[in-house]
Amino acid sequence: MFDLETILTTIAPEVLLAAAGLLGVTIGAFLGDRFNGLSFKFGALVLFAAAVLAGYYWDGGRAFDGLVETSSFANFAKVVSFACGGVALLMAEGFLRRHETLRYEYSLLVIFAALGMGVILSSANFMTLYLGVETLSLSSYVLASFHRDSPRSAEAGLKYFVLGALASGLLLYGMSLVYGFSGSTSYEIVADAEPSMGFLFGMVLMITGLAFKVSAAPMHVWTPDVYEGSPSPVVAFFATAPKMASMVVFAIVMFTAFPQALAFENWQMIVAIIAAASMIIGAFGALPQTNLKRLLGYSSIANMGYALVAVAAGVQYGAGSLLIFMTAYVIASLGLFGGVLSMRREGGMVEDINELAGLVRRQPGLAAALTVLLISVSGFPLAFGFLGKLAVIQAGVDSGMLPLVIILVLSSVIAMYYYLRIVKIMWFDERAEDFEPVDGWVTGTVYLTALISVALLILVAPLSELAASVAASLIS
Amino acid sequence: MDFAILSAVTFTPLVGAILILLIKMLTGAQVRADGSEDERVMYAGLLFSIATFLISIVMFLSFDQSASGYQLVEEMNWFQGIQYKMGVDGMSVLLILLTTLLTPIALIASIGSIKHRLTEYVVSFLVLETFMIGVFCALDLVVFYVFFEAGLIPMFIIIGVWGGVDRIYASFKFFLYTLLGSLFMLAAVVYMYLTAGTSDIALLETFSFDKGAQTWLWLAFFASFAVKLPMWPVHTWLPDAHVQAPTAGSVILAGILLKMGGYGFLRFSLPMFPDASVLFQPFVFTISVIAIVYASLVAWRQTDMKKLIAYSSVAHMGFVTLGIFSFTEIGVQGAVFQMLSHGLISGALFLIVGVVYDRMHTRDISAYGGLVHRMPVYATLFMLFTMANVGLPGTSGFVGEILTMVGAFQANTWAAAGAALGVIFSAVYMLTLYRRTVFGEITNPELENIQDVNIKELICLIPLAIGTILLGILPNLIFDITRESSLNALAQVAGG
Repeated sequence: MFDLETILTTIAPEVLLAAAGLLGVTIGAFLGDRFNGLSFKFGALVLFAAAVLAGYYWDGGRAFDGLVETSSFANFAKVVSFACGGVALLMAEGFLRRHETLRYEYSLLVIFAALGMGVILSSANFMTLYLGVETLSLSSYVLASFHRDSPRSAEAGLKYFVLGALASGLLLYGMSLVYGFSGSTSYEIVADAEPSMGFLFGMVLMITGLAFKVSAAPMHVWTPDVYEGSPSPVVAFFATAPKMASMVVFAIVMFTAFPQALAFENWQMIVAIIAAASMIIGAFGALPQTNLKRLLGYSSIANMGYALVAVAAGVQYGAGSLLIFMTAYVIASLGLFGGVLSMRREGGMVEDINELAGLVRRQPGLAAALTVLLISVSGFPLAFGFLGKLAVIQAGVDSGMLPLVIILVLSSVIAMYYYLRIVKIMWFDERAEDFEPVDGWVTGTVYLTALISVALLILVAPLSELAASVAASLIS
Repeated sequence: MDFAILSAVTFTPLVGAILILLIKMLTGAQVRADGSEDERVMYAGLLFSIATFLISIVMFLSFDQSASGYQLVEEMNWFQGIQYKMGVDGMSVLLILLTTLLTPIALIASIGSIKHRLTEYVVSFLVLETFMIGVFCALDLVVFYVFFEAGLIPMFIIIGVWGGVDRIYASFKFFLYTLLGSLFMLAAVVYMYLTAGTSDIALLETFSFDKGAQTWLWLAFFASFAVKLPMWPVHTWLPDAHVQAPTAGSVILAGILLKMGGYGFLRFSLPMFPDASVLFQPFVFTISVIAIVYASLVAWRQTDMKKLIAYSSVAHMGFVTLGIFSFTEIGVQGAVFQMLSHGLISGALFLIVGVVYDRMHTRDISAYGGLVHRMPVYATLFMLFTMANVGLPGTSGFVGEILTMVGAFQANTWAAAGAALGVIFSAVYMLTLYRRTVFGEITNPELENIQDVNIKELICLIPLAIGTILLGILPNLIFDITRESSLNALAQVAGG
């Protein structure tokens, strides 16, 4: 049956992204280099339009015989991911132009990555999930090595690819085991299957594969290297949109495909351990870092650990919290990578945190905005990130995982140290040389995200109600 | 509620800070060649803090002393049933007044002694003032937590930017110690919210948590307040922070931030976890007495004037916990009184040290001696506050110490005896300090031309001196106001 309306209500944003991506390839083939500059506006426009579409078809639907199924929960994540992707794309243009790598392929790759995110968020079947994961991953590998003349970028891409392929293999192997023991790849039927030993084994392998995608320990080792090596705008993208999408997909797969009591017990324990390990490794790993991108890489590992606490809390307690937390995290991350992109001196980018020394004397506005963003990402009161952490703690306490909450608390204190260290460098240290001005998209993003982070602390009520209602839709 | 006076008091400094930043941005940086800045920004900040003080007086006048419960309540929905709820009782009204009084004094004291990065300095103080007032106004646990924590950032910057040589170490230690305690409190706050279904403080005070949970919740709150107060053995951040902080930072730190711990015990621990409070009474008594005796002895051996006063603060806070956990009306009243009195006295003592530090740039006791020959007015004021800190009758220090000890005596004789020992020691270290700096012959040639206190310093010190003596002679001024809130704090413990 081919029912256009059902398809649109279910996957309208993906349809748009796929069509726009193919259109972009065609335009690129004809216009060649003349498309380079324009493609970024085009890509951002497409991504924002996709976000709007996801918001428009908020309640989602079910199409292609249950291969895809969307809910408002998935659409929430889609809106945030696509919007982040669009902003990251706008921030990339100036950087790539200065590095003479402004090529339209970049924006097309981001569109295809977004398509992958959309597909995994819409998946209701392991096959769809795998297709989406691969679309997202393959685009990401290429993006990571986009500066192909730079050995670091090439190394990052290769590392990402080799480890990512391994993770995809594990994911696929897990799926095949689950399929073998349950007789189906549809979440719905898998959810009704009796969990046997082999079934659980497959589930664990799937968790392993998904943990790689969200860079949770012990599958995190690629993160600092890829963050450090990849071009900064690419990292700004990696750290936000795919993180949001992958984490929500992680939750959706766990919540909808493995809700059986026995399976839940098992994956809750595993996810809790992964969460604890991520929090600890993220916190301690960042301590000795002096490269800002690497530091943010470890910070993202720690933050994924916090998000996984919400996942481990289960659908009833954790779903709403997860959305609030991840939204707070990606907004702050986007701004922080805007900060990374602002660190430009004499034509080259600098990445050492000491380059920020005395920033408050040079660019007080930028320093203040970055301080707000650091406060937000550390979960300290005064910014939206606090409410995210509050929501996660709430999920953890509600589901009775007190030891996990205590680890969360302790690791937050350790993490606070390295965020504070950056604040200290910006505020206390003697001023270093000025940064060269960067384009308005980057500066605008930094200020805007800082503003949103503070505004949402005060005006969180609609968002938190939305997250709660969306989470409720997942249960019913 | 016609006019949101509490929000007005709380956010006036913040509005001032934002305005100052905007004006600064619009007029451009006015940094002179030597790195100093236009002092007008300091006066602008002063203006806002004085305005806050005046509004807080209005708030005080509209406060009904005889009524029980929370007054001037404001409510607004925040999210998920968590309210932005503000309200005051007798105890918090006085602490707010203390805050709004000490902030302008701290700013006046900084005129001339702080030269670089004035705008950030003034903004930090105003922002800090907002958060401190917010802590005492908040009637919702989550709102309280936000204000309680948020205050760390401006204080972190104040110590870290305008502090002494080891300021970075001190600021980090201050921040991380406090944060560790607070995050446990956050977990407890979440648990309470989920269990009781509300985060409204007034409702939680009447909610009874089961005994097992109380123990853990009490410990989590204790972790936070004990660090803040600070209690032995988690007091070690305080001497570092005080020594490194600029004078005005020390005044605020000792005068107000430390009081948040005691306030927390009275507002949360006693009414919300009465069983656990009773259970832990011997524990609190033990470490309070250790704090009093140990900190006094350590203070005696200090060579740095600020460190000495910092340790003396630890000892005096020991009296506060002793009074609070005596669970007697007289003890709790004494504890509240001691907090207010210590706010005035320790603030004044840090200013006193600041006066000579500004002239000599050393806090080493041995660098001084014979100040009385050159600075008679200074010596007089120093004497007054020394005596007040020792607890001489007629000063506010006496009332607080005697009442907390009477309260403790009713609960545990030995604890009171230990505390009495601390009173003796406090005389020893304070008089030693006074003798070595003020009396004797001038040995340090640099002291020959030292100037006596100037008008600016007098403006700072005189209100504190008046307050100290007034409270010492008429302590009932305070007791009448705090009675209802003290009884409220005790209601659950005494009833259970």
